[in-house]
Amino acid sequence: MAHFTKATSIHDWLNQRLAVDKVEKVLATEYWIPKNINFLWAMGMILAVTFGLLLISGIFLLMYYKPDTKLAFDSVNYTIMSQVGYGWLWRHVHAVAASVVFLIIYIHMFTAIYYGSYKKGREMIWISGMLLFVTFSAEAFSGYMLPWGQMSYWAGMVITNIFSMGSLNLNGLVEWIRGGYVPGDAYLTRFFMLHVVLLPLVIMALIVFHFAALRIPHVNNQDGEEIDFEEESAKYLAGSTRQSKVIRFQFDFLSKDILVLGFFFIFFFYLVFYHFEFAMDPVNFDPANGLKTPTHIYPEWYFLWSYEILRPFPKNPGLIAFGFAQVIFFLLPFLDRSPNAVPAGRRGIFKVWFWLLLINMVALTILGKLPPVGIYTTYGTIAAYFFIGLWIALPIVTKLEKPIGGK
Amino acid sequence: MKELKILLIVIFFALLTYWGVEPFAHSKMHKHVEDNKFSYVDLPPLTKKGDATRGKALVMGAGACVGCHSIKAAGIPAPMDPNTAAASYGVNPPDLSNVGALMDERFLAELIKNPTKALILEHKFDGKTRVFPMPSFMGAGGDKEQEVADMVAYLKKISNKEVSPKEAYVTSCGRCHANRYGKYEQIGFVPKTKSNIKTNQDIDLLKFKEKVADYQGNLAEYMGKLPPDLSIMIRARSEDFMKTFIEDPQSQLKGTAMPRVGLTNEGYEKVMKYLEETGDPSKPARDALGIKVIGFFVIFTILALLWKKSVWRDLH
Ligand code: HEC
Ligand code: HEC
Ligand code: HEM
Repeated sequence: MAHFTKATSIHDWLNQRLAVDKVEKVLATEYWIPKNINFLWAMGMILAVTFGLLLISGIFLLMYYKPDTKLAFDSVNYTIMSQVGYGWLWRHVHAVAASVVFLIIYIHMFTAIYYGSYKKGREMIWISGMLLFVTFSAEAFSGYMLPWGQMSYWAGMVITNIFSMGSLNLNGLVEWIRGGYVPGDAYLTRFFMLHVVLLPLVIMALIVFHFAALRIPHVNNQDGEEIDFEEESAKYLAGSTRQSKVIRFQFDFLSKDILVLGFFFIFFFYLVFYHFEFAMDPVNFDPANGLKTPTHIYPEWYFLWSYEILRPFPKNPGLIAFGFAQVIFFLLPFLDRSPNAVPAGRRGIFKVWFWLLLINMVALTILGKLPPVGIYTTYGTIAAYFFIGLWIALPIVTKLEKPIGGK
Repeated sequence: MKELKILLIVIFFALLTYWGVEPFAHSKMHKHVEDNKFSYVDLPPLTKKGDATRGKALVMGAGACVGCHSIKAAGIPAPMDPNTAAASYGVNPPDLSNVGALMDERFLAELIKNPTKALILEHKFDGKTRVFPMPSFMGAGGDKEQEVADMVAYLKKISNKEVSPKEAYVTSCGRCHANRYGKYEQIGFVPKTKSNIKTNQDIDLLKFKEKVADYQGNLAEYMGKLPPDLSIMIRARSEDFMKTFIEDPQSQLKGTAMPRVGLTNEGYEKVMKYLEETGDPSKPARDALGIKVIGFFVIFTILALLWKKSVWRDLH
């Protein structure tokens, strides 16, 4: 049994029971971060904060949203947008944050790829990150169903159709997922449940997992330098903060994070107030109508690259290619055969691979939105093959890479 | 500055993607229609100067307009209620009090002489198998051009007051398009009614709804489909689409049953203003609050910069 003494202060009282000093040390003041990092290392914090914004704005929307195919559209577009004080603000914050979170996720992922932060002990950070990516995608998709507009309905129709698995014709499975022959009330309420309860819980658990995975390997740095955290932190604590290669999470790293966050907020709220259209597709302001197929059906911009990998091929190969695109990023740490965990800029041919992947994905994204006619189909097919080719080439390219000696 | 270089690269790729999926993709997805600035150059200009007094006599008399239309501004009530009108014509003829202010004079003149040409509905009403409900004015015995000009002059004279956005909507779109967020149905604004406290039934509202359903049935029959509710149409279609579509519906939807309604640019802007009031009412609040929130974060960022500098003074 622990020994408790009469507390001298509230802090002391708490400390005896919860070890708050120790917790603060472990989680914040003596959580060591390399000094040699740039603003890209603030993306994780921006993601966490944006998730917070989604959660808060979502709770406000939830107070007035009605998950019923007859009421959903007007509860969002009329009640929330014009009857509830600042309802429009919460809705625009939620919609813009849902779109921007993916922009930041992609920046965060490409940062990790560029700096090789998925290898040498950081594999689990990468895998937990990919799990977050997949869950966020499901969260975004389920949320998109809720206003029950034309795009909710038809994108829902197209995406759930994927589960018929091409020639396997698993129509029973598709019907089971939809809870009906076509998307209807049962479909809406189950996606509502996923969007507001189950998936947010999974995301929160995964964020904790992601952070835990960061703990032992620590975050990477701009030069891929291996840092002896024991030695460097001892230096810091002894007072040689200038010489030490590490900084405290609180407030050294945090002060920089918050500065980057400030710039992010200016950008974010500019979008919320003056440029939100990109995050709310016009087609979804027409109420769902099962009898009227929209001329163009496309997913939100962050799914376009994988949609474009599905689209140019015939049914079955298209599905296989799509499946490939969904899982391949998970395997990155294992497909990269090079021992070098340094920035792509110093890795020779991998540098070329990195930029080609980025350009390829931007091209796929743009082509994914263009109507699949004429020359765009050709470009789309080429880009999709190129994507697959890049991943097949990766093990070979990295195998050939010369180990960078020294440290 | 390495960080600046990285930032520029990030911005470059983000903007490239944005450009590709938004302006570029939309320019490829939507048909491009030239905006003709509501000029009605396909219709002949008025050659005669109209006289409103003679016009009044024609509108009330030989022109027979008031046999179908009400003119509230001149104290002329509707010859029949909307439901009866819809049962006879398919649609309720609009009140003519404001048409002179909202609609172009070339359009009005052509409408009187040859309605299906003005409305661009010749593909639907060939005059033989299907006859347009509003008759062509055949002349009252004098110079027909002069008579038409007189009637147009009269319509303009009675509508010389400022037309509100709501009135503009009711006159030019309201006989076909409901606007449920504006509490408007094709037969009028939803009346304020009370339920019976003991039964909790609102009979007056139910009666109104019955009339709406009846009207819509005739309208859908006449148009081939029920025209969509326009409550938030302003967010569902681009500004460019709205403008070119209303200038000439056929330019965007070939073969559609929606007529060209003949608005002037000013009349169009009034209608849009109403659609903005019902479809995007938060715009003024957004514009006012946005500046403050962004200003707050600019100050936040400046303070964060100073704080970061002070924390990092001892670090490098
Ligand atoms: C037999 C009944 C009838 C008579 C007579 C008649 N109208 Fe009409 N008018 C209609 C109907 C019905 C419509 C609506 C048609 C539609 O929307 O398809 C209409 C529509 C109109 C419109 C609206 C067109 C638009 O752009 O939206 C105007 C203006 C108009 N009439 C003016 C007149 C004038 C002026 C006269 C007299 C010269 C006249 N009408 C005589 C039945 C009539
Ligand atoms: C005489 C009836 C009539 C009048 C008056 C009328 N419309 Fe329409 N409108 C229609 C019909 C019918 C459709 C459906 C067209 C279709 O799908 O072919 C339609 C469709 C529309 C659409 C949707 C087009 C699309 O992309 O699906 C818009 C927007 C619209 N109208 C705006 C207006 C506005 C604004 C006015 C008034 C300035 C107006 N309409 C007046 C009958 C009318
Ligand atoms: C919303 C979801 C996410 C949140 C909240 C989040 C949060 C964070 C945070 C706070 C960090 C540490 C600071 C930093 O390096 O930025 C981090 C690092 C990391 N994240 Fe994420 N992340 C998310 C999604 C992802 C995804 C989708 C991936 C990629 C598959 C990913 C991969 C990584 C990697 C590899 C690191 C280590 C970076 C390094 O060592 O330099 N994360 N994440």
